[in-house]
Amino acid sequence: MPEQKVVDIDYLLLEAPRERKFITGAQAMAEAVKRANVDMAIAYPITPQSEVMHLVGDLYAQGYLKDYYRAEEEYGTMSAIAGASRAGVRVFTATSGPGLLRGIEAIASWPGHRIPAVLGVLTRVVNAPLSIQPDNIELAYLLHSGIILLHAENQQDVFDMTLAAFAISEMVDVYIPVAVATEGFFVTHAKGYVEMTPEDMKLPPRDPYKAPVPVTDCEVPPARIQRDAPVQKSNFMSYLIHAVWQQEVWASNMRAMKYIYKYLGGPIEVVNPDADVFVVASGCAAAQGREAVRYAQQEGLNVGLVKIKSIRPFPVNEVREALKNAKAAIIPEHNIEGWLSKEVKAAIPNSGIVTDGPRVYGGMTLPVELIMEEIYKALGIKQEKKVVI
Amino acid sequence: MGLRYLQPAPGFKEYLPKDYVDLIDFGPFGKTDQLDATKLGQFKEIVEEHPMCAGCFMAYFVRVFYASLPNPEDTIVLGTAGCARLALSQAAVPFIYGNYGDTNAVASGLTRALKLRFPDKTKDVVAIAGDGGLMDIGFSMTMHSWFRKEKFTTIMVDNEVYGNTGGQESGMSPKGVQLKMAPKGKKFDKIPATELAKQAGCVYVAKLAPTNVKRMAKVIRRAILAAREFGPTFIHAYTSCNIEYSIPTEEVLKDAREREKKDFGFEEYMTDEVRQYLEEIEKKEKANK
Repeated sequence: MPEQKVVDIDYLLLEAPRERKFITGAQAMAEAVKRANVDMAIAYPITPQSEVMHLVGDLYAQGYLKDYYRAEEEYGTMSAIAGASRAGVRVFTATSGPGLLRGIEAIASWPGHRIPAVLGVLTRVVNAPLSIQPDNIELAYLLHSGIILLHAENQQDVFDMTLAAFAISEMVDVYIPVAVATEGFFVTHAKGYVEMTPEDMKLPPRDPYKAPVPVTDCEVPPARIQRDAPVQKSNFMSYLIHAVWQQEVWASNMRAMKYIYKYLGGPIEVVNPDADVFVVASGCAAAQGREAVRYAQQEGLNVGLVKIKSIRPFPVNEVREALKNAKAAIIPEHNIEGWLSKEVKAAIPNSGIVTDGPRVYGGMTLPVELIMEEIYKALGIKQEKKVVI
Repeated sequence: MGLRYLQPAPGFKEYLPKDYVDLIDFGPFGKTDQLDATKLGQFKEIVEEHPMCAGCFMAYFVRVFYASLPNPEDTIVLGTAGCARLALSQAAVPFIYGNYGDTNAVASGLTRALKLRFPDKTKDVVAIAGDGGLMDIGFSMTMHSWFRKEKFTTIMVDNEVYGNTGGQESGMSPKGVQLKMAPKGKKFDKIPATELAKQAGCVYVAKLAPTNVKRMAKVIRRAILAAREFGPTFIHAYTSCNIEYSIPTEEVLKDAREREKKDFGFEEYMTDEVRQYLEEIEKKEKANK
């Protein structure tokens, strides 16, 4: 293990030199953890997440982390993450599909407990019949938890978002957890080019006293305080305390937006902003959308891409602005329910332009041809003569 | 730091609530000599007001628990849904109330993280939860924290019922008892919690009915001291629910004594190294007195 020197957050994320490596998404997530000065990680195996937590375990064995263990199951994992974070250390864990749902009672309480933590979500089918393949329906369950949710398109995004997540999560005006999601196998087990910061530089350690709520370590006043809603006081007090506390959690979620601009270049990326037809997508579907835009350009069609990087906070204003003159918005997704489509329709005044789909699920790939079909339909082009190579 | 963070800054004391000032001046913080738990009611206690039922033996146990802490200024208590947290959450010691049955998982992360941040300081962590929290919904987390040899104390306040949710059967209810969700009576025996604790690697295990306050205080203190150095410790305390089991308020102690004779006789187990360690400490304390 090389000696790592602590560098300023802004320097590491924005200015540090980068070196190009050809690695898997799982490696990219672990490489970000390596540079994030993480104190402790807790792991519980599930495919396709396991690769990430194996690599983080190797980091612990090499001395990059101070503590690491394999927990009893995901509810235990997520609860222990909360305990460690409350005691003031920087923590990381990752999970997939059924594991996320097993842990979700704890995860959904992290924002309310004001737990800064980073959670990797390597997506996988949830519902029966069983499959271990990528399907991102599980992210729908995170949308209402208060957690910040970033969705990575590729290995580079995984690295950048994971490293930035540690910084964003601990900002005093944010101080809630950040989940970094990407599609299992398609990204976690496939290789791509990743521009990475030097191995011998890391983020500053967590300062547990730079916090909007005190850590639980018997070191910091005020004493005799608990962070939990004292539901036993009276029903009225419990309504009130819960209400104002949750308002603050969601306001914190919104306040993360400025850091998403600063460290990730904003919550959306727009390709060909003057297009008539847009593909609006997140995660892996955005990569296929990008290909569709390339195909369309070759055919002389005016098609653009709106890639949504931040699902929570959802970039309502940015998406509205990007789609204000669009004739059609095609929303390809890797799940049956179409959670992104619902988000977009709820955000824009001209929701009639939205095409729900194409959608694939159960872990199927998302052929660019499916997106092209919707583009042709939107542009009124008869498609039988179109053969895309 | 512990003690110092509790002390009011100069000039600030006169503006603090009297309750807080009394706690600092007359409470157990920073007292090298332990307060005598047999004198409950004669000194400022860490928990005083609580909304638990008249005659609740669990409330009494919680008071004794706080009066027995060896290091109250550096202690963190964890609880879960159930009756005990009604009093635990109103104590002058940091309390974490997480999700259902999560105490021993949260305590695992917390204890390890405190060790990383304060390797040379004593920070005591105690999970105190009910029979449902530890032996039903939190069972796997309780057991695995013991298997992993996590260094904190677990106390089960066993009222043999889900008191807080309205009187349902728990794994610790006696066989045959008719309770809600067991309309024809419970079909299986009490879970052998102390046996499981020993098998799972707890270095100190005690079972008691709270009939002897001196012994309760000693057991609580021993469990916390042993957990600091050696590994998980466990106390199984009978704390009857006089409401769900219809025990007249004036008879709760009588009931406890009867149960002590029947199936809650005092048991104490410890490893040889714990025994040696505690003997040394207690010998020194005796000499100091």
